[in-house]
Amino acid sequence: MDRKRELELQEFAATIRAETVKEVADLGFGHIGGSLSVVEALAVLYGEVMKIDPKNPDWDERDIMVMSKGHAGPAVYATLALKGYFPMDWLKTLNKPGTNLPSHTDRLKTPGVDMTTGSLGQGSSTATGMALGRKLAGSDSRVFLFIGDGESNEGQVWEAAMFCSHYKLDNIVWFVDYNKKQLDGFVEDVMDMGDFQEKFEAFGFHTQTVDGTSVREIYDAIEAARQAKGKPSCIILDTVKGEGVSDLIEIELNHHVQFPEEMANRALEQVTAALERVRKELANV
Amino acid sequence: MYKVVFDGSREKADHKSVYANTIQALAAEDEKIIALDADLMNSSGTFKFWKEHPDQMINVGVAEANMMGIAGGLSAVGRIPYVHTFGPFASRRSFDQTFISIGYAGNSVRIFGSDPGVCAAFNGGTHMPFEDMALMRAIPGATVFDISDAVLLGWVLRDIKSNEGVTYLRSTRKSFLKIYEEGSTFEQGKANLLREGKDAAVIACGLMVGEAMLAAEELAKEGIELTVIDMFTVKPLDHEAVAKAAETGAIVTAENHNIIGGLGESVAASLLEQGLPVAFKRHGVMDRFGQVGAVDYLQEVYGLTAKDLIVSVKETIAKKK
Ligand SMILES: Cc1ncc(C[n+]2csc(CCOP(=O)(O)OP(=O)(O)O)c2C)c(N)n1
Repeated sequence: MDRKRELELQEFAATIRAETVKEVADLGFGHIGGSLSVVEALAVLYGEVMKIDPKNPDWDERDIMVMSKGHAGPAVYATLALKGYFPMDWLKTLNKPGTNLPSHTDRLKTPGVDMTTGSLGQGSSTATGMALGRKLAGSDSRVFLFIGDGESNEGQVWEAAMFCSHYKLDNIVWFVDYNKKQLDGFVEDVMDMGDFQEKFEAFGFHTQTVDGTSVREIYDAIEAARQAKGKPSCIILDTVKGEGVSDLIEIELNHHVQFPEEMANRALEQVTAALERVRKELANV
Repeated sequence: MYKVVFDGSREKADHKSVYANTIQALAAEDEKIIALDADLMNSSGTFKFWKEHPDQMINVGVAEANMMGIAGGLSAVGRIPYVHTFGPFASRRSFDQTFISIGYAGNSVRIFGSDPGVCAAFNGGTHMPFEDMALMRAIPGATVFDISDAVLLGWVLRDIKSNEGVTYLRSTRKSFLKIYEEGSTFEQGKANLLREGKDAAVIACGLMVGEAMLAAEELAKEGIELTVIDMFTVKPLDHEAVAKAAETGAIVTAENHNIIGGLGESVAASLLEQGLPVAFKRHGVMDRFGQVGAVDYLQEVYGLTAKDLIVSVKETIAKKK
């Protein structure tokens, strides 16, 4: 990837982050911490990697994304809106009466959402089923699955991992959003998951750990995963819950937070400044 | 004895602090008490207690099925477990573990499923249990409560300490309309008669008790007198209270739950088996999935307001023989 393309993806990521903050600011509360930590990975997938057609979200040959930590819906919605799956002003309707954008991603409601999630753990199995189905059909489309580090407490996650490995599903890439926090605080204090790299390797995955805020590292890892034949892949995203918004990072329990106007304004200022910085740099290459 | 102090106002104490305070008090009184939560202590209010007493307050992480099994095991070695998670995860997500490792294996665990029905609000459809009572009722010997008020919640949490088998209670974490005076006492399996009227009876539970009281006040202005019963123990059902309600000749059941498998079907079976012919209607969620929104909005969407209940009551009175 050349420097220009890298900056373009950074710009896309910064835009997703700004739109995500706006969505939650409009509502005044929400699952913002865990939405902000997956932004760069979403930007790489939807900006560069995935074979998709926003005008034809049900296209049979498309690549698939399952956000098993479904409460990251706001980040997914910002990404899909920016890609043109639906109008940008839908983003103002997050969780409002009759909305198509509920807290947790819902395949029956939102164009571009490939699977319904929100009950943690379940997306790992449904994504696995989609990967199996595509593989059996001889399709070369790929499935990208996001799970949380807290979500990985669920036994179902590991049942699905076992299956991916046994059936040699090399068309699925698992992303672990390793932001070190779950709802009741640090994963280490609530239910220590140990070493994700070792765990997924032990489950037979081609496993890599990357800086989850680096679009280049994420992109390179996805390309390396493509080369790993005969086994599923796992990319551990080293991230921060609340990435890009200092006020949020400072809150210990930042899973579902009140987002009062003053804090929202500061957050908006910070993410907008970050976006401006990337744009300036982009203008110079 | 309980005293009804309903005046249509919101409960001051939120149910969340009632749960946390009661668990903490019980734990201080009896070292056998042990409470478990599945990464939702910040939601159930037990977070501080966990930090102070990690020996009596256990976080199992996001692993509800595992939690039920662990609670079953703790019971088998003489502990008195209370567990909490959101209603859907306390019922459907971990059902087989509750059924087998607690119920069938002869263990005793008290399960608190929070945010019943529309109270799941902004968490939306995946988190909105309209079927938890149906599931839990089907476990042999299980006791099932739908809590209408904070005073009742505190009392039930204490009283179930010595219950055997599976005990399930659903309650909001926020606040409902205040029904009972502080210090009121109740009896498991015995419904509370909140108001007596000759024209029809509403047998309600949980969220719908307050709505039924509001409906009764409105209907009284039109000269229609309503009996209101808080059937807070949904299983075992108080058949005597059902028979008493049948004296009005018209019964409407009201629940923040699917009309399938909940209070309404239970009351209907009781009426038929007691040979009590009345005009009857089940008022509740009409076999639909949940969705996202504020509680008020969702109450309107699913017809769970006093206004909707009034329509059902009038319809049912019109069918009286
Ligand atoms: C089965 C299930 N149990 C509990 C919850 C409630 N819940 C939502 S998010 C969450 C914590 C998830 O932590 P993690 O996966 O690390 O998400 P992140 O920190 O990345 O937002 C919990 C307990 C749920 N949605 N589903």
